[in-house]
Amino acid sequence: MTTVIIIVLGVVMIAAAILAIHQKSLLSAIIAAGAISLLASILYIILAAPDVAMTEAAIGSGLTTIVFLFALNKIRKQDKDG
Amino acid sequence: MTLITILGLALIMIGLWGMLTQRNIIKIIIGFSIVDTGVHLIMVSIGYLKDRTAPILDGAVDKTEALSKVVDPIPSALVLTAIVIGLAVTALMLSYAIKLYEKKGTLDINDFKELKW
Amino acid sequence: MVKKIFVLVILVFFAVMLLPLAKDLTPFQELSPVAKKYVEDGPDELGGANLVTSVIVTYRGLDTLGEVAVLFIAAAGVGFFLRKDGKSNESKKRSSSQILQSGTTFLFPLILVFGVYIFLHGHLTPGGGFQGGVVIASGIVLLLLSRVATKINTTILHLVESLSGAAYITIGVLGLVLAAGFLDNRFLDLGEFGTLLSAGAIPLIYSFIGLKVGAELVGIIDNMQKDQQ
Repeated sequence: MTTVIIIVLGVVMIAAAILAIHQKSLLSAIIAAGAISLLASILYIILAAPDVAMTEAAIGSGLTTIVFLFALNKIRKQDKDG
Repeated sequence: MTLITILGLALIMIGLWGMLTQRNIIKIIIGFSIVDTGVHLIMVSIGYLKDRTAPILDGAVDKTEALSKVVDPIPSALVLTAIVIGLAVTALMLSYAIKLYEKKGTLDINDFKELKW
Repeated sequence: MVKKIFVLVILVFFAVMLLPLAKDLTPFQELSPVAKKYVEDGPDELGGANLVTSVIVTYRGLDTLGEVAVLFIAAAGVGFFLRKDGKSNESKKRSSSQILQSGTTFLFPLILVFGVYIFLHGHLTPGGGFQGGVVIASGIVLLLLSRVATKINTTILHLVESLSGAAYITIGVLGLVLAAGFLDNRFLDLGEFGTLLSAGAIPLIYSFIGLKVGAELVGIIDNMQKDQQ
């Protein structure tokens, strides 16, 4: 059962990674990178490491996405002004 | 387990390929973040022992039988530190990108030619 | 064209170099000797039920000190690059929707209490200082997003961060003076295994680390969102 879960999550993660690199729009790429971290936190629970799973879910798919979006907003705002 | 090690390796290769071929600076930083996730997956998957549970001593695992029932706690400790440092380095890289955009008006790395001879 | 072939050669070289990691890796059958010592002696010597916490705070405490230093340097770097002197243009800021505002009024105290719970019980349940600090920082980001006119009082933020860092070092030196070494947690009473007031100084150390990490992350996000609409 866990093998099936690992294989399904692995395929989705690799697809999201290739999507994050290839997409033209930066917004979709950032959201795809956040989705990779979220699925990785499920894999950490399967590997019996709950502290790492909590940290990865909070930082990887929470704060990293927020920091990327704030930076993108700042760049776009400079683009509109200047 | 071996499957997750192979998954981590695939993520490292995809992230590295993204860092080497993309031209937008923000895409390069996203590639770096993917490489980070892959490395952490490999590190935690090496410390896994078959059919054992998390290294926390509460009702499920007692103090006396802990030696035969818990997973290695050391890779978890190392990866915890590494995840937080990865976030800090990503934030620093993004602030560099913002400053570069302010000075030059473009996010394409082929336009930053001052150090080429 | 040359660049593409070069990139392909590098990737193939990397794959060949890392392939033995996947092929020849036999999974371990039992714990390594160092891990055996940490798992056997940890609960009796240090009194903490969460083995990962006791490894991070005491056995590898110097690594945590280095990590706190790296986080501080990164936050200082971000503050240095993105500092804007002079007045910020308070142009029109669109206020957020009604759902976000009422939701935040309900959720923000709960998120704060949850974060404090996580880092106070770091030695008993999964969690600890880093996770609690990140949860608190996420709660403050929610507040920033919903009430767009708030300004974070940077004086209090820097005060909390600096005092937490100084208190962490002071506890380490207290461990040097009163117990066996730097960042030893046995100078406070070890207490009963499994209760909240156990494991010596581990909850104290982790609370200060949690406050410091939370304040630093809020500082980084505040620097990045200044002068935004």
